[in-house]
Amino acid sequence: MATPLDSPLTFSNVGRDKWWRSGFFASQTGYVLLALVALFVVMNFASPYFLTEGNMQNVAKNFSFIAIATLGVTFVIITGGIDLSVGSVMCFSAMITSMVMTHISTPGMPGADWFVHLAPDDKTVIANMPGLILLVSVLAGLGVALVVGLVNGFCIAVLGLSPFVTTLGMLSIVRGLGYVVSNGRGSFPSGPEANYLYTLTSGVVFGMPAPFIYLVVLAVVMAVVLHHTGFGRHVFAVGGNEKAAALTGIPVVRVKIEIYVICALAAGLQGIIISGWLGSAPANMATSYELNVIAAAVIGGANLAGGAGGPLGAIVGCVLLEVIRNGLVLAQVNSYWQQTLVGVIIIAAVLVDRLRSRMA
Amino acid sequence: MVTPHDAGLAVLELKGIGKEFGAIRALHGVDLRISPGEVVGLMGDNGAGKSTLVKIIAGNFPPSHGEIRFDGKPVHFGRPIDARAVGIEVVYQDLALADNLTAAANVFLGRELKRKLGPFALLDHKAMAARALELFGELRSETRPHDLVKQMSGGQRQAVAIARTRLSNAKLVMMDEPTAAISVRQVEQVLSLIHRLKEQGVAVMLISHRMPDVFAVCDRVVVMRRGEKRADKAIGDTSPEEVTSLITGAKEAA
Repeated sequence: MATPLDSPLTFSNVGRDKWWRSGFFASQTGYVLLALVALFVVMNFASPYFLTEGNMQNVAKNFSFIAIATLGVTFVIITGGIDLSVGSVMCFSAMITSMVMTHISTPGMPGADWFVHLAPDDKTVIANMPGLILLVSVLAGLGVALVVGLVNGFCIAVLGLSPFVTTLGMLSIVRGLGYVVSNGRGSFPSGPEANYLYTLTSGVVFGMPAPFIYLVVLAVVMAVVLHHTGFGRHVFAVGGNEKAAALTGIPVVRVKIEIYVICALAAGLQGIIISGWLGSAPANMATSYELNVIAAAVIGGANLAGGAGGPLGAIVGCVLLEVIRNGLVLAQVNSYWQQTLVGVIIIAAVLVDRLRSRMA
Repeated sequence: MVTPHDAGLAVLELKGIGKEFGAIRALHGVDLRISPGEVVGLMGDNGAGKSTLVKIIAGNFPPSHGEIRFDGKPVHFGRPIDARAVGIEVVYQDLALADNLTAAANVFLGRELKRKLGPFALLDHKAMAARALELFGELRSETRPHDLVKQMSGGQRQAVAIARTRLSNAKLVMMDEPTAAISVRQVEQVLSLIHRLKEQGVAVMLISHRMPDVFAVCDRVVVMRRGEKRADKAIGDTSPEEVTSLITGAKEAA
């Protein structure tokens, strides 16, 4: 029987892309990073204070305050989902952490005997085992985040509800719960180990703010997970073509539940860190932070349609937002312009990406 | 030329397969044998029962009546993964590829190769790229393992989807309309891919509306109409005209 094509096939018309038209340099993350570098240069000339050590530490600390949550939301965005509940989860986790800490550090409260006892002077509270109170209260805060993530994931992956609606509902539910448990007053960490929390969240390690260190470690872990594990591969596959992922035997439901849990945990951790720095967890803490977090992820190259994104982009997006905020303050521009400018940058970043892919 | 009445071991054998969805009889009394290395064209108008038959073989749902034998043994598939486990692969019409991943990543999707690094299992990018390159070579497709699927031609995408079936050493590959909506040159590539499968002893079932493709590549053509098998003939014993009249019902059976 005649074979239509017995000779080896050749594609002489298919060449390699130029290095600057492929890979990192052609990605949105790449040119937003370029824009960021340009912004640093401009700011350096615009204000002598910009590149001082103090200001850089400030910038590093401030963007770290949303960047960990941005890493989490990036996972969700890569699968083509969205999580609007991160701001509420930040607040609720922080609140639960400080409430649990206060509770178990108060002698006489139920269960507190396991953790603390009174010194002979009958006033000083002493921890039974150093670090245990902090550990338990942080785990409690992360625990509620875990539950929120599981509920989000269950509703979206198992019941098939839309991520937008589910997490919009969760935004309201969790914020409401925060008001309920604290009676609208918020809470603040107290007891013998509150200082540990402050040190761990607003301390300085090797001349760098502690949250920045956590961020770098988590970002590296995330990069390895996304690009070098089966789970990471499946996250990208679900975002690229969910039906194909299911047909090839990827456990789509499990992957989706896992990423909403990761996102909620990141938000919870972020909230606890912020509250340690603030010294309290007010009931309106992190309100509308979800918008900053999602904006940072999108500016950094996470595609809301799914299939693209990564930790570097998330961080670059957060840094860009913070440098602009910081720059506007240093340049003594009316700070009310800040939000407007952020909006313009979101649209510009996505627009440049669109123009580029149309030209290619 | 292999005929349906040839003796020898059939890779797939269907006996009296029937399927009802409520009051609707989608399939009735379908018998079919496919031998290793045989390419069978499955033709029929929309609603003739082709996709129901394919879905039963692929394990999407069980038949209401009849028996499926694979490699001589009776099989019952509860889920598609059961069918895949014995060696039945389906290349879907929309190819089931993730555009944002590379060719190699797509070939190994859901079956990634890993290497141990202490307590962690990390993806073995090198081994996957090398094996994918080997598979593309066997299929004589110049597809580069590291290229993103979204930058590929229709023919290259087919090669990726077919390479995936080679990964598991499937014994039967069912292809759902692989030549619909691609260019003439790419159709030739796909048909040559089917020849590569045949050379390696894989049985292929080609579901297609395109008469020229079926006659170019198939050993045998099976025509379905209204849920029944109306014809099962060696390609040499029939003609496009006869098949057309069988499909439309101008000729009842052959």
